[in-house]
Amino acid sequence: MAVVETRNLTKVFKEGHLGAVNNVSLETREGEFLVFLGPSGSGKTTLLRMIAGLENPTSGEILIGGQVVNNLSPRDRRIAMVFQSYALYPHLSVYKNIAFPLKAQKVPRDQHQKKVEWAAGLLGIGALLERKPRELSGGERQRVALARAIVREPAVFLLDEPLSNLDAKLRASAREELERFHRSVGTTSIYVTHDQVEAMAMGDRILVLNKGVVHQLGTPTEVYDDPADTFVATFLGSPPMNLAELGDVIVGFRPEHFLPAVNVTGETVPLQLKVENTEYLGSEWIVSGALVGGKLNAKKVVSRLTNAQHLQLDGVYDFVVPARTLKFFDRSTQKRVNATGVTWQ
Amino acid sequence: MAVASARVKSVAAAQSPYLSTAMFAPAALYILLLVGGPFLLAIFYAFSDARIGNTELHYVGLENFHSILQSPSFRVAIRNSLVFTIGSQIVVLICANILAIALENSFRGRGIIRFLILLPWVAPISLGAIGWKWLLDSIYSVISWILVALHFYKPFNAPMWLGEPVLAMASVMLVHSWRIIPFSTVILLAGRTAIPKDIPEAASVDGAGFWRTQFQIVIPMMRPILSVAVLFGLIFTFTDLTVVYILTAGGPFDSTQTLPSLAFAMGIQGSDLAAGAAISLFLVPLLVILAYFMLRVARRSEVN
Repeated sequence: MAVVETRNLTKVFKEGHLGAVNNVSLETREGEFLVFLGPSGSGKTTLLRMIAGLENPTSGEILIGGQVVNNLSPRDRRIAMVFQSYALYPHLSVYKNIAFPLKAQKVPRDQHQKKVEWAAGLLGIGALLERKPRELSGGERQRVALARAIVREPAVFLLDEPLSNLDAKLRASAREELERFHRSVGTTSIYVTHDQVEAMAMGDRILVLNKGVVHQLGTPTEVYDDPADTFVATFLGSPPMNLAELGDVIVGFRPEHFLPAVNVTGETVPLQLKVENTEYLGSEWIVSGALVGGKLNAKKVVSRLTNAQHLQLDGVYDFVVPARTLKFFDRSTQKRVNATGVTWQ
Repeated sequence: MAVASARVKSVAAAQSPYLSTAMFAPAALYILLLVGGPFLLAIFYAFSDARIGNTELHYVGLENFHSILQSPSFRVAIRNSLVFTIGSQIVVLICANILAIALENSFRGRGIIRFLILLPWVAPISLGAIGWKWLLDSIYSVISWILVALHFYKPFNAPMWLGEPVLAMASVMLVHSWRIIPFSTVILLAGRTAIPKDIPEAASVDGAGFWRTQFQIVIPMMRPILSVAVLFGLIFTFTDLTVVYILTAGGPFDSTQTLPSLAFAMGIQGSDLAAGAAISLFLVPLLVILAYFMLRVARRSEVN
């Protein structure tokens, strides 16, 4: 097990263009499950590939277990990687796929079988060892890829969107399995995804990236409840946080904190909502509309309610936001600032 | 692709039952006239005593085959054909693989180098062979001149590239390899590009070095396309006449005489059409086997 650290890591693919990864410094904790989260093109995969040694950084350092590994080839970094496509070797049986890293690392031959069976047993694919990858389902392929990664007990696990090729139903169970797997092996893992649900569910901490820049590194609670800037605030959460400009600050409130006035006690900010659309999603309702009156007249906002049956289209209702749930951001830097005296009316 | 062509076929068939037949006819006709006709004629001649300039023709049974099998030059030609074909295919495979690896990743000037490598394939084979004949000439050879200038050999003592049996065979093989390499390179390059980048990357993360990645992952994955390159190469080489004929005409002392060049020498130059036809018929069983494997490879890659 080891800690991965990057220092001012930068990758510029084309000279004169914006970097894919810009000045990223981070440090994992021992045995932690760290998630790189960002939209496509945010540089999260490039960052992972640099850590793996598949991409050379333009500048900056990568350390694994305290040792600078910039000049080490992937094979010397003691890492294992699970690719988005799984990258199983199609001409080899499952057994040979899993044994390949052992062969490549010159592990004595008499240990191969024991180790392959251990890895396969851990992932419940002991019965598939003679099959070829093309004879496996998506979920089984993913497990083979994981078994191939775990078999030589790497110091660090790198996972590049390993669930994105699975259908929605399978994804939930594969996610759970992956969590259980991580708990049982306890290896430091870095997991790349664009799916905030995966990130929230699995990450010990989440690194939020956009355009190659780190926006925030924190636990799921921190990035959700205390977003560092407007990007994090809107990227996490579905529907995203409502943002409204008021003078020099941007005020943000989550849809689940924008509620009919009758339900809320304590210090609140009163607002009036003209309902324009309601969506019933089973366990909740998404109500969208525009604010009425005050400085924020006609501002589009969204509310998430457990019950919205009583709301009529085009009706105007009294809504409130609990004052303690409000977030404030600087208008020019988009960064989080402390609560200031904001005049709403 | 298989799906697309099937759809095209069914659309065409729906328009008119004759359309697909009509589209297919020129190719079928071409093969029947230019391959089937001469093939039947060769079988016919092989059982006769046909000679150039002789209008009479008699059935002689297996006599031609009988006398060919007795002839020492025929046995030498079979051995030479195998050496020539297998030897140059080995050279081609090694060189084409190296070139394909080198050309896989982009670098400055890759386009020009690709073009230069492809040049021997697009140039007329006879012109290329004549060029090589001069390069390997016993008196004017540029290669010998360079070797002498570098003091590897004394003046007038350089090897006779086309004049000594072993060297002549080696020269013929290398020139033919030079000719086939571009073709194989292009096929192998396509095969390499078709392998998802993830897979060699996964191998390198798994701890494999360059050789292990090539020999245990990439090349086995290229097996279908590799066999296409090999089968085409074998057929091109086995049936080749031009390089041997221009460089050595089969000499010295039949040391580079292959089946096609022997058939040409006996049948056309020696006027013994019947013997030439019989010799070329010996090519058929070998080519049928190769064709069978080619069709199998083609069908398998269609399924995948």
